[in-house]
Amino acid sequence: MKPVSPSTRNDDRLPGTGKQADLVSREPQQTFDVARVRRDFPILKTIINGHPLTFLDSAASAQKPSCVLEALNVFYTGCYSNIHRGVYALSERATAAYEESRVKLRTLINAKETEEIIFLRGTTEAINLVANSFGQMAVGEGDEILISHMEHHSNIVPWQLLCERTGAKLMVVPIDDDGEFIFEEYEKLLGPRTKLVAVTHQSNSLGTVNPVKEITRRAHEEGAVVLIDGAQAIAHKKIDVRDIGCDFYAFSGHKMFGPTGVGVLYGRREILEKMPPWQGGGDMIRTVSFEGTTYADLPHKFEAGTPDIAGGIGLGTAVDYLSHLDLDLVGGYEHELLSYGEGLLGEFPEIRIIGRAKEKSAVISFVIDGIHPHDIGTILDKEGIAIRTGHHCTQPVMHRFGVPATARASIACYNTKEELDRLARGIRTVLEVFC
Amino acid sequence: MSDLRDLYQEVILDHGKNPRNFHRIEGADRQAVGHNPLCGDKLTIFLQLEGDVVKEVSFQGEGCAISTASASMMTQILAGKTIQEAEKLFQLFHEMLTGDPSVEGDAEGLGKLVVFAGVRQFPVRVKCATLPWHTIHSALQNKDGAVTTE
Ligand SMILES: Cc1ncc(COP(=O)(O)O)c(C=O)c1O
Repeated sequence: MKPVSPSTRNDDRLPGTGKQADLVSREPQQTFDVARVRRDFPILKTIINGHPLTFLDSAASAQKPSCVLEALNVFYTGCYSNIHRGVYALSERATAAYEESRVKLRTLINAKETEEIIFLRGTTEAINLVANSFGQMAVGEGDEILISHMEHHSNIVPWQLLCERTGAKLMVVPIDDDGEFIFEEYEKLLGPRTKLVAVTHQSNSLGTVNPVKEITRRAHEEGAVVLIDGAQAIAHKKIDVRDIGCDFYAFSGHKMFGPTGVGVLYGRREILEKMPPWQGGGDMIRTVSFEGTTYADLPHKFEAGTPDIAGGIGLGTAVDYLSHLDLDLVGGYEHELLSYGEGLLGEFPEIRIIGRAKEKSAVISFVIDGIHPHDIGTILDKEGIAIRTGHHCTQPVMHRFGVPATARASIACYNTKEELDRLARGIRTVLEVFC
Repeated sequence: MSDLRDLYQEVILDHGKNPRNFHRIEGADRQAVGHNPLCGDKLTIFLQLEGDVVKEVSFQGEGCAISTASASMMTQILAGKTIQEAEKLFQLFHEMLTGDPSVEGDAEGLGKLVVFAGVRQFPVRVKCATLPWHTIHSALQNKDGAVTTE
């Protein structure tokens, strides 16, 4: 378990400018106060099928705090307009708010430069951008792309498409029975033909936390470029892309308490500068003529068209919120819940937990002998408990563990032990129905 | 619990746990694969015909209680039916689960299959119950390729 350290860095992380920052309190928290956090999420008061909502599906998408909803409202009611190029006050204001979010995101992941933050639709689009643009620039026939067996489909399929286009080969690092990345096998697969390594920071279906810094270091020794899929990690731990050393880091706003429709690709300037544009259109150009077009500088070179402006601004507020929570405290609290939840489920001899990595995020994937996850999900829903059932967009993981699907309870900072008790009671009902 | 008991009736639980005709038919006249991408479920239906009459149906695969029970009961009810009768049952079954709830279904025509009426209250589960029927429909039509619920 991670030590729970008192927060010392809240003040310098809060931007202190703009209206949204005022919506979160500035007092540093010493211990994690979940009751207070829950008050920030209005949806948690919802009643589902006569029961209070027990939301255990934040790995699919996280709920939104009032400050994010308020930021969207303030933007749409007070300063909405298209951004960039507007000469009037409203557009200037909108542009400033949008660009301020970019700065906040840079700070959140400790990127060196703000221009290294590219706004996109989400993790999926970020990975597709790299597969297309970097792929076009650097990947050819006989080259190799290395991924792991635990990847989300969005970190598999774009590489398969790239391989089909170029004749490159997709290689897969195996995982062991606990769901751990097998580092020795990784080292064997790395070679002079490896052009890119794409690995998830945390697995969404197993909870495994991968040693991304070591993975990156080894890849760089072989001259390969590294992309880390940060979709699951971003809301649960402090991310420092320069410490990891990766070339790309991709994540989605909606999994970190931000709006849907917006996400980020971080890329090192040196490499982004060399990459060709991906989509063409407005905003990504410097000059356009029929004889030839020149492209805008970073980050706009990769941001064709009107972006999700409100989403970007809302995401900036979500970053304020995350920073205010202190991710060290969040991580400690979530681990406490993870141990508690695994303990509760461990008391059922019928339950098998899939994913037993030593370093794990707060995800509990499980199967019950003789009862399909879908049936588990339906019965729990009747008690207001929302979990995810299915393959979680990781079909190769399901094959690896010989199950068609799992039931998955995923934990965020607003969950409580009491909710996990409810989950355990719900599982008792499942067993009653089926026995 | 009462809604749940509507969904998970004893008969359904029994067929879910101990599916009937759960095996492959070697050299089956026809066979079709059904797939529900939502839950990752997959089943294969084997069909033996004698002229226009369904002589034997069996299935294999992995699925939830609802889809397994639905497949199991389907294999029982279809044995001895003509292709036309089988298609009519498919239509009735489909209507019971997806049609206008205020219209009384043809309970008589459906026989034992009315135990699935409760599934209608669980819209995301309707596809589980209908997947085996879509699959056999495709086998009866002798269409190539896999069926999916999407
Ligand atoms: C590990 C991982 N990668 C990628 C994604 C895709 O994210 P998005 O759908 O927001 O693009 C997800 C979302 O489920 C995920 O969990």
